[in-house]
Amino acid sequence: MKISVDQAKCCGSGMCVLTDPDLFDQNDEDGTVVLLEEHPDAAHEASAKEAAGLCPAGAITIS
Amino acid sequence: MTEVISEKLPTTRQTPFDPPPELARIRDQAAISRLKFADGHLGWLVTGHHQVREVLGSPKFTNDPAEHHLLEVRFQGEVPKERRRIKPGMFLNQDPPDHTRLRRMLQGQFTVRRMNQLSEWIGTIVDDQLEHLRSFGGRADLVQEFALPVPSLVICALLGVDYDERHRFQEDTAKLLSLNSTFEEAMAAMERIEAFMRELIARKKADPGDDMISDLLATGEPTDEEASNMAMLLLLAGHETTANMLGLGTFTLLRHPDQLKILRDEPDVVDNAVEELMRYLSIIHFGPVRTATEDVEIDGHLIKAGDTVVMHVPAANRDPEKFPGNPEELDLRRPATGHVAFGHGIHQCLGQQLARIEMRIAFAKLFQAFPDLRLDTAPEDVPLRTDMGIYGVHALPVAWSS
Repeated sequence: MKISVDQAKCCGSGMCVLTDPDLFDQNDEDGTVVLLEEHPDAAHEASAKEAAGLCPAGAITIS
Repeated sequence: MTEVISEKLPTTRQTPFDPPPELARIRDQAAISRLKFADGHLGWLVTGHHQVREVLGSPKFTNDPAEHHLLEVRFQGEVPKERRRIKPGMFLNQDPPDHTRLRRMLQGQFTVRRMNQLSEWIGTIVDDQLEHLRSFGGRADLVQEFALPVPSLVICALLGVDYDERHRFQEDTAKLLSLNSTFEEAMAAMERIEAFMRELIARKKADPGDDMISDLLATGEPTDEEASNMAMLLLLAGHETTANMLGLGTFTLLRHPDQLKILRDEPDVVDNAVEELMRYLSIIHFGPVRTATEDVEIDGHLIKAGDTVVMHVPAANRDPEKFPGNPEELDLRRPATGHVAFGHGIHQCLGQQLARIEMRIAFAKLFQAFPDLRLDTAPEDVPLRTDMGIYGVHALPVAWSS
């Protein structure tokens, strides 16, 4: 599994960090997404998908 | 496909915690249906969860009030278009790129990490307010003494607004949100709040403090007018919504003793309890509203450029397709994540992580501090905010003995 994030789309809601702080963080300056793990291990795959589904701006894609 | 057409948006609640029952019927017939507006426009009503997300997530809609057809619910739907123009800085109503530019100036202030860092401080504010509540002896109005002060104290301190000056905006906020205000009354209230904010911006420029408004001004990015309207948006959004969730949420829990017992017995359930209360109560009567800027197909329906769409968040939050089992029931253990009470799309609530922390701490500490908290009036006598743009309770008389 590979996670991609699009800072240009991100609206800083924090839903991804709320869902899995091991995978995502937010930039202190403008609150946009910072990807911590591009390739999540099996234990984080479900939360990676959940975060992508919850993102209000569609800024997270899973491939 | 037969089209379902509503002549009017149903707004009369039959029970304190549920949206008008017609909405579930409309949603079951058609998650996207037609709705008549005050000017005769035949627009849309969206009641399904994934359909609400689809509209709110689409860039083909605007939230500019000057573009919306109006419902009769407020001002009989008659407000001249030129008086609905958005003011610079009201980023909630602006489209990209202005929206993106302004919101980004604030997003860094509301990150999950920053809000978590405030937990201890918010806990102190809640504890102080619980002591204040206790000082009334054995009975008090929970709204005036707890639910409204907690988020007001928090947002005032964060923005650098003197809490003792709250009379300069709280009464006018109520006039602005009252469905009984005339357009002129609402505008006059708005102008007084705007004057207060302009004065505040001037003060912060002359004498910066350790607060969000001073930090925003220090960036040199927003114009004074933008900064003033941005601060106003944060101030109003920061106290009314959370305050009403605390008041109505407490009323809800007191009326669902089995659920309250879960919250008391299993403190860890509080995070999910807040999500479920948000899902179950939604706190707005209906909305948000958008207008299509170009033709767009949503879930098989062609929504034409210029069509106004009313999303119904309370109906979407009880869509059985998203929340299986019995979505009409409060269930603090239900997976409630994914509700649209904070909205969806680029305008999703900027302060949601602050609201979550405030609610988690306030509900947890309230029921710890007052284990036998109970209603001090007949439930049918609790005054409901059916007359206000944001729902909730006007007052919540409570009593306790220990």
